[in-house]
Amino acid sequence: MSTLPDPAPEAPSAETPVAKPGRESLHYAVRNPKLIIGASLVAILLAAGVVGPMLLDNGNPNEYVGPQASAPDGTYWLGTTTFGQDVYAQFVHGLRATFLVGVVGGAIAAVIAMLVGFLAGYRGGVTDEILNMLTNVVLVIPALAVLLIINAYMGVRSVAVQGLFIGLTSWPWAARAIRAQTFSLRTREFVDLARLSGSGTWRIVFREIAPNMSSYLFMMFILLFGGSILIASSLDFIGLGPTEGVSLGLMLQSAQQWSALQLGMWWWFVPPGAGITAIVGALYVANVGLDEVFNPKLRES
Amino acid sequence: MRRYFARKLLVYALTFVVAVTVNWMIPRFMPGDPVSAMVARARVSQPEAAEAMRSYYNNLFGFDEPLWQQYLHFWGALLQGDFGISIFVFPTPVGDVLLDALPYTLGLMIPAVLLSWFVGNWIGALSARRKVLDNTVLPAGYLLTAMPYMWIAVILAWALGAKAGWFPISGGYSLDIQPGWSAAFVLDALHHWVLPFLSLFLVALGGWAIGMRNMIIYELESDYASYLSALGAPQRLIRRYAFRNAVLPQVTGLALQLGVLVAGALVTEIVFAYPGLGSLILAAIQNQDFFLLQGAFLFIVIGVLIANFLIDIVYVVVDPRTRTGMAGGTS
Repeated sequence: MSTLPDPAPEAPSAETPVAKPGRESLHYAVRNPKLIIGASLVAILLAAGVVGPMLLDNGNPNEYVGPQASAPDGTYWLGTTTFGQDVYAQFVHGLRATFLVGVVGGAIAAVIAMLVGFLAGYRGGVTDEILNMLTNVVLVIPALAVLLIINAYMGVRSVAVQGLFIGLTSWPWAARAIRAQTFSLRTREFVDLARLSGSGTWRIVFREIAPNMSSYLFMMFILLFGGSILIASSLDFIGLGPTEGVSLGLMLQSAQQWSALQLGMWWWFVPPGAGITAIVGALYVANVGLDEVFNPKLRES
Repeated sequence: MRRYFARKLLVYALTFVVAVTVNWMIPRFMPGDPVSAMVARARVSQPEAAEAMRSYYNNLFGFDEPLWQQYLHFWGALLQGDFGISIFVFPTPVGDVLLDALPYTLGLMIPAVLLSWFVGNWIGALSARRKVLDNTVLPAGYLLTAMPYMWIAVILAWALGAKAGWFPISGGYSLDIQPGWSAAFVLDALHHWVLPFLSLFLVALGGWAIGMRNMIIYELESDYASYLSALGAPQRLIRRYAFRNAVLPQVTGLALQLGVLVAGALVTEIVFAYPGLGSLILAAIQNQDFFLLQGAFLFIVIGVLIANFLIDIVYVVVDPRTRTGMAGGTS
């Protein structure tokens, strides 16, 4: 299970027992170092992305403001690019774009995964067969390749559109996981009871089944969020990033394009990559922490 | 087992049809007109010449026929191995351009995928029973998994290439050497291969190690493991059973990950200007060479399908239940 859209499909263990969200979870949540460290790191970076750009007097991170290719110092905290752009300004603006693409892509993928997974798992039979086939087909086609050609033809390149396309292609593994969970929940007594009382499919799914795997769904969203960020950075790097503004992937691309490597300008390409790694890594670590919070079996001492 | 393969083949056939259809649909139904874009790019000043170009491209794409005919022709040409003509390296057929790049991509991908899988599983299994190792493997694994492929590639190129000067940081071979089967060329190509390989290997490694570790711990806590140890079975035997059970999801994971690994290889190639499919795709995008882009897409899909099929065969060997037809039907 390596990077991009599929960070360990079995990371939230399939046996995750149903946890009562609320006081008990909170009790363990504030005592879980992994969750605290991961979540704080994400929060800090999010704050930097939200507040950072506001504190700068210059609204355009791509403007040529400083001396060219200078190493980090007091005025330019992260140095400047070959053109005299402020790397710090680009970095905080880029964080914003990164979070945005993660939320949009992750949310869309989660919604599709839930619709497909719930329906396939609850209905079973022919519906399941068809949806399963669809999931497998999308799973086998490499998402990046599809995104590449769509992006190249569309020409519309904003962070939101990018997030939309990423969401539309990265749902399959999550749909499969939800299907499996729904499968095991649909034979429980309370679901039978709801069915006997005449509730419709979607009512049962959203009233009875979904609340019982809410923790699982939440963890899945976190993984999709991180995955979207990684895919978006690859697209940006290939030159299919947003045409307006800046993102962490675009920073890496321009550093690569203008030979920051050969020139030894490490301050140009280290921050954006470190930013992506920190966000995604912190999300994964927080996810493991969450798993321990929700799943009593994993709690040690 | 026959049922298992029949289902898998059906999914693969369907995937291929969908991929080809998507590939055919995109230039025709997307907003924006690829033909106008190409004519505009050529900057032809005379209107007659522009018109000639337009009709040439329309003919080449087959845009002057009814849609259903275009679709059938597309399939017909494809089944004869005809991917169209590249615009970027003009008179060369797309198929030939792609075949030239393929050995480099495969030479990078296959060792990286297989070695990271084996080594990652090995490290993961070891760390599941040694606390000290576990405390280092787990954080390192998460760090590696969270890294974007191109960033680790850039960092390696900077540290081991630009700074230390141990490895060349761009190209697949030195420009003064003629590609061929001479010893000098092979050594030179290997020298250029190390860094891109290493970056692909490292990023994938972390994920496999974590996955294996989690699975082994899960298996060691399961009922059969407690039962075996209650019976007094040696710890080694229990571990061997746990390993066999834990490896199955990892095989499935390998199949699931293939598309992602391909993506990783593409961006890694771009960092190192490695002469494989990734660099070609970049050139195709920059030059708006849609035939090359579509051809590369189909090549990748075919590659992923073949690799998935091979993994399915391995799965049958590893998991006896698929052979007896008890499982494997659901996925």
